[in-house]
Amino acid sequence: MKVRAQIGKVLNLDKCIGCHTCSVTCKNVWTSREGMEYAWFNNVESKPGIGYPKDWENQDRWNGGWSMKGGKLQPKAGGKWRLLAKIFANPDLPGIDDYYEPFNYDYQRLHNAADSKHQPVAKPFSALTGRPMDKIEWGPNWEEILGGEFEKRSKDYNFQNIQKEMYGQFENTFLMYLPRLCEHCLNPTCVASCPSGAIYKREEDGIVLIDQDKCRGWRMCISGCPYKKIYYNWQAGKSEKCTFCFPRIEVGQPTVCSETCVGRIRYLGVILYDADRIKEAASSASEQDLYEEQLKVFLDPNDPEVLAAARKEGIPEDWLEAAQRSPVYKMAMDWKVAFPLHPEYRTLPMVWYIPPLSPIQSAADAGVLETDGLIPKVENLRIPVKYLANMLTAGDERPVIHALERMLAMRHFKRSQTVDGTPNHQVLEQVGLDEETVEDMYQIMAIANYEHRFDIPTAKRELSLEDPYGERSGCGFSFGDGCHTTSGGTTRTDIFGGKPSRRRGFPARVEFRTGSNDKAEES
Amino acid sequence: MYQYLNEFFFGVFPYIAGSVFILGSLVRFDKSQYTWRTGSSQMLSNDRKFLIGNNLFHIGVIALFFGHLFGLLTPTAVYTSLGMSTGAKQLIAIIAGGIFGLICLAGIAILAHRRTTDPRVRRTGSRMDMFILYLLFAQLLTGLLTIPVSTGHLDGEVMLQITAWAQSLVTFRPDAASHILDIHWIYKLHMFLGMIMFLIFPFTRLVHIWSVPLGYAFRAYQIVRRRPVV
Repeated sequence: MKVRAQIGKVLNLDKCIGCHTCSVTCKNVWTSREGMEYAWFNNVESKPGIGYPKDWENQDRWNGGWSMKGGKLQPKAGGKWRLLAKIFANPDLPGIDDYYEPFNYDYQRLHNAADSKHQPVAKPFSALTGRPMDKIEWGPNWEEILGGEFEKRSKDYNFQNIQKEMYGQFENTFLMYLPRLCEHCLNPTCVASCPSGAIYKREEDGIVLIDQDKCRGWRMCISGCPYKKIYYNWQAGKSEKCTFCFPRIEVGQPTVCSETCVGRIRYLGVILYDADRIKEAASSASEQDLYEEQLKVFLDPNDPEVLAAARKEGIPEDWLEAAQRSPVYKMAMDWKVAFPLHPEYRTLPMVWYIPPLSPIQSAADAGVLETDGLIPKVENLRIPVKYLANMLTAGDERPVIHALERMLAMRHFKRSQTVDGTPNHQVLEQVGLDEETVEDMYQIMAIANYEHRFDIPTAKRELSLEDPYGERSGCGFSFGDGCHTTSGGTTRTDIFGGKPSRRRGFPARVEFRTGSNDKAEES
Repeated sequence: MYQYLNEFFFGVFPYIAGSVFILGSLVRFDKSQYTWRTGSSQMLSNDRKFLIGNNLFHIGVIALFFGHLFGLLTPTAVYTSLGMSTGAKQLIAIIAGGIFGLICLAGIAILAHRRTTDPRVRRTGSRMDMFILYLLFAQLLTGLLTIPVSTGHLDGEVMLQITAWAQSLVTFRPDAASHILDIHWIYKLHMFLGMIMFLIFPFTRLVHIWSVPLGYAFRAYQIVRRRPVV
């Protein structure tokens, strides 16, 4: 047993309202720079839909994640030599149009347009070429709240083995949100496919980072990651990814997306895991076993044997205490209501999801609810269980049904307790819960106070051998090029050909100039 | 005058170019590793043409590089002792160089067309990217143009002169330039452009050549970094 600790994460989809605050705050902090306009370390997708980048879940197309070949675990894109053979031109690489061509609007035109009969419009222009765009074909979150035709959205991979036609009908349609970020996997394919060895997992908190100095831009990680959560910065020529806001995590603060989540759906907590079991778990024969196998990788923070092994590895005492309180551990292990996203990719992801409940499908039609004992049958929920199972358990419906039933039971119990005044314990027995557990679930999942959502021990900087005096008068946070970063977060030109960040004043072209000699400059 | 220029361009300049190449690379790696990258633009314009073009270019150029390396620096005694005549060696050089030259030419033509005409690649690339691509293009063309000249004398004499020049250079003998005083100008142009390439190498995306990731094939898949703790 080799114990390691990771700050794990759970997103409660049952409460996600799709407001995109997480995406926007993340973008403002991390990717509002030239070269990264198209990149969203955190994005929220409307499901069913093909997502961002287009069709990302279809690994037959992108070859991301792992596969078992001859009983051996290897990246789906091929073994090491096979991967190197693709280095000149990666056939699995998404193009920018698979994300979208980044654009901005010429807002100045609203101010300086010449007098005319018609209202002036702020024309869109490409952030890549600076040219006006006649029509924006695709953008971030293009499918927002089921935008577009069902025909196109139904290419959603999670519709596998589902008769999907009926969900295109207005009466049967369903919607859920899926906020996505880097999964900080236990068995990341991005790390495994980086030819330079620039991507690594941090031992102390499990965060997966790209060493910006060592990245050479071979771009194998981009296709290797099945979640498509590594982005190529075309300005810097380097890959970038979600950093799990490590500067915040290190001082005990939640990530920006979690901190700003208005639905209070995000949870952060310590998970202890056995690093020696990762490979075995990721290599399990059946894809449907991967969820259960990953549960076996996680270690019980109350087991004295685990604690002793953890102390031997040098995991600090307050991390062990945090592991015992961890909301993530409770939801994944104790209550079994949270699941990994697409475990079949064999990456053992560490950002987990609580499946959403949805309105009862047949209630309006029938007038009476078909119930399973006291709670409605989850099969009657508007979102097909199979759809959720394809997303969260490689198609195995049982764990998802179990989780949804527990959530329904919790609601039923709390209603009977607070509205009827006669707590109904029978409903809890039906799903294998007791009152104490349900009260804890209720506190953490429904009330979701800040201190219950986030239990983050600080990084033990005082234990680090790195000399803090060496960091005096440093450049602070930079994008890997030390003090060569401009205020815009792009690389400053030097004699070695770092690209200058273009001043993207618009309009750059004469036909958009209107009268005045002032160049409309965007700051 | 001609002799003086010959001495400068082929006796002195190679050392200037070589020094800048080595020292420049070292300084850039040390000072500005963030700029050390392939500079790939694949994701901006990712079609089948690029896939084919870039593969052809790289396969061609790598073969040409090693062809030149062994061709120029293998001492004459080594291959003659293996029973190969200079004429035969020259013929191999012409044929192999011709084939890989054409492969590379096809690739670079596609790439140059793409970089020049694709608005996304053109606008987001740097001037240096464009310059180095066309320099490679010119270098390749002059290299291919030496073939018709070479077929005029298949005895391998000129090749001996050029290898003598290269070997004198790398062994720091002062008479290097004198070996090639009277060779055809197309060879000299090709050699001069080659040295320009070394000269500007540290200031371009070419530095990614130093970082050929062969080590990848021999490392473990997963990398976990441990911070130094007390």
